[in-house]
Amino acid sequence: MRGTRSPSSRPSAVVEMIRVTREDFSVDEIIAGLKSRSTGGVVSFLGVVRGESKGKPVEHVEIEVYEEMARRQLEAIREEAISRFGVEEAAIVHRYGSLKVGENILLVAVASAHRAEAFDACRYVIDEIKRRVPIWKKEVTPEGEWWVESEGLE
Amino acid sequence: MRIRVRYFASVKEWVGAKEETLELPEGTTVEGLRRRVLAANRRLENLDQVLVAVNGSFADLRRVIVEGDEVALFPPVSGG
Repeated sequence: MRGTRSPSSRPSAVVEMIRVTREDFSVDEIIAGLKSRSTGGVVSFLGVVRGESKGKPVEHVEIEVYEEMARRQLEAIREEAISRFGVEEAAIVHRYGSLKVGENILLVAVASAHRAEAFDACRYVIDEIKRRVPIWKKEVTPEGEWWVESEGLE
Repeated sequence: MRIRVRYFASVKEWVGAKEETLELPEGTTVEGLRRRVLAANRRLENLDQVLVAVNGSFADLRRVIVEGDEVALFPPVSGG
């Protein structure tokens, strides 16, 4: 059940729209794979490893994922974003493993005819990832290491 | 029945295993399994919340677990 090609997506897409991977990614390549003739804009969010947390230096982070479930959740979120906001296409890439400060963690990119729905859809995807995709972040600092508490949406 | 239970993130560290196979009575609910794992691992009490998924979806606590289900226990997510 791979939902990366829903009926609403363009069949020409060569880039996989959902990726859960250890590997780094090319933002340009993903955005190029999203665009079509009717696209008026692409809104993207790139999450990177921050070198500081609550005033303390972070050496690196460890990202753990329940991969099968994360993929299913991301596919569902992508389809919701497309149908709720009427955008053309959305790509989500989330990395896991050991990531150094400044490295890419997450890319959400949304292509749309017009900007307003692209911003809304991008925001929706990020909020839903933080709420219901089984991925956890551990910060490793000189003072020890700890799992990041859920940021939640309250 | 034998059920495969997987653990992630801080729950995995407190339990000390990535997964285990538990022998459970027929009719065990998600909440029953969760209580059993928490009781067997007192240190899990340090966690505010332990979430449960069955076959890759968040599960209702009243759901009855059946042979062949894959159950996962983990803390609130913190990706993104």
